[in-house]
Amino acid sequence: MFWKRSLSLQARETRDAYIGLLPFLLGFVIFTAGPLIYSFYLSFTRYDILSAPRWSGFENYARMASADETLWQSLRVTVIYTMVAVPVQVIVGYAMALLLNLKVKGLSFWRTAFYMPAVVPAMAVAYVFSWMLQSDVGLLNQSLRAIGLPGPKWFGDPNWVLAAFILMSAWAVGGTLLLYLSALQGVPTELYDASKVDGANAWRRFLNVTLPMTSPVIFFVFLTGMIGTFQVFTVAFVTTNGGPGEASLFYLLYLYRTGWEYLQMGYAAAMAWLLFVILLVITLLSLRLSRTTVFYEGAQE
Amino acid sequence: MSDSGSAQAGGALVQPPPEMGGAWMRRQQMGQRLLGRTFLYLVLAVLTVVLVAPLVWMVSASFKPEGYVFEYPPRLIAEQVQWWNYVEAWNQFPFWRSLRNTMTITIGVEAGRLLSASLTAYVFARLRFPGRNALFLLVLSTMMIPYHVVLIPQYILFRELAWLDSFKPLIVPHFFGGGAFFIFLLRQFFMTIPRDYDDAARIDGAGTFAILWRIILPMSKPALATVAIFTFMAEWNDFLAPLIYLNSQEKYTLAIAIRQWQQVAVWGAGAYVPPTWNAIMAMATVLTIPPVVLFFFTQRYFIQRVVISGSK
Repeated sequence: MFWKRSLSLQARETRDAYIGLLPFLLGFVIFTAGPLIYSFYLSFTRYDILSAPRWSGFENYARMASADETLWQSLRVTVIYTMVAVPVQVIVGYAMALLLNLKVKGLSFWRTAFYMPAVVPAMAVAYVFSWMLQSDVGLLNQSLRAIGLPGPKWFGDPNWVLAAFILMSAWAVGGTLLLYLSALQGVPTELYDASKVDGANAWRRFLNVTLPMTSPVIFFVFLTGMIGTFQVFTVAFVTTNGGPGEASLFYLLYLYRTGWEYLQMGYAAAMAWLLFVILLVITLLSLRLSRTTVFYEGAQE
Repeated sequence: MSDSGSAQAGGALVQPPPEMGGAWMRRQQMGQRLLGRTFLYLVLAVLTVVLVAPLVWMVSASFKPEGYVFEYPPRLIAEQVQWWNYVEAWNQFPFWRSLRNTMTITIGVEAGRLLSASLTAYVFARLRFPGRNALFLLVLSTMMIPYHVVLIPQYILFRELAWLDSFKPLIVPHFFGGGAFFIFLLRQFFMTIPRDYDDAARIDGAGTFAILWRIILPMSKPALATVAIFTFMAEWNDFLAPLIYLNSQEKYTLAIAIRQWQQVAVWGAGAYVPPTWNAIMAMATVLTIPPVVLFFFTQRYFIQRVVISGSK
């Protein structure tokens, strides 16, 4: 009697669980797994949306590998941007958090001020910076001229356009602040006390206690930062739309063009898969790297 | 600061009497500390000015007459304050309709995500069933799949359904799980609610889903608010998806409409007057105010998100 009842309870719980998960499972099949597989199929076709997809074998991938100079340019742009913007995010954001962790007065005021640029919409950021970085009359170049420095043409110069994008991303560096601050505040004070007893100075305490204890969060900011910079779209679309020439043709911008302007959905699907693989490799490599460089408290040695 | 200054400057001349050594050292240490603190606050102040300046200039330019936008040295408030830059700008394109579209989409996404993410999260937080760990891993693994990878097939799917140029592609998917990150966040929060409440309700005859609706959700307002705020931010910022899915001007979201107005006008097509920088800054200000104000008043939820999920 008793076991029968408890069995039916468990059965009911299982039934309820799967009823509750039904929306998620349906969504997973319809909007994630299905599309993922379908886009893999599409990447082997020619598809202009208007007529049915036609099987074309490895044509798209062959074109990516050899014939499409623009694709490589867009990868180059994205990688260069990532290689500068992400370290700036990681390091400057961390330095800001360290400053605010020095028991400063008015912490919430500074925190608000530093974090605020991160909540400004990408469109507004794009407009404000394309105005301030005007080559002749923009605020920044006029200020530079006032102290005798020649300002570059920023968005108008192929050699400087990425610097302008990096400037925009650096401006919003405070977006990492809350994460860093909560990590810094989570470092147990006993560790600092113990380190002090050992006679370590502030710099050694930072190297031996703060840095290892907060390394998981640094790693997280690094990883999500890279995933983010590989998917830059709005600011680039609004400010330069890839120009001058192809100097700021970010990967997604080119993907959008390929799919929705040139109507080459098959090729765009292949590009999307390449993006997926790149992000997967970055994530796996980072996780591997993190095993030797990141300290996880309580982890088995 | 003056203390340490005089102690250093006069150090060679005015040696402290030996019996005063301790006090003198303390005073010097305090002086150095004060110097360090002053420097710290100076750095913080400079950083604040640098970070806030672009926003201040944006707002300032939005109230300037056209000729004063590039004035140098720049003045915070020009001789003339021109608030009608705003009116002029939103008279040049269907501003209010676009705003209403953005709000409609946002409300739809909020409803879908709050309902379905909390349902999914509740199942993982409370119920025991075969396959739970594997399915939860599946949820987390969907975080790894960038939206842009499934963008093309989703577009084709919605095209087949004849949903293009409607809000459906932007709203409906959110009713199916609500996104892995939000499921994770809500699950973490639900797990902090003691099970005693569930048990008490179950004794009163409440079923599994009645417990979610009557016990768990009312106790999770902070977590739900966090989800709602970040959903608003995301929808307000969304650009690529509405750009792809919405074709007719009556359907445009605010961001897309502003972009259209600025771009078409700059290229001088049609009967548009090219928008001037003060008008563009006015629209940039309009875009910026809701998220910034929301952030101002709901900072604790931003912090909470970090605390609950251990991630941004």
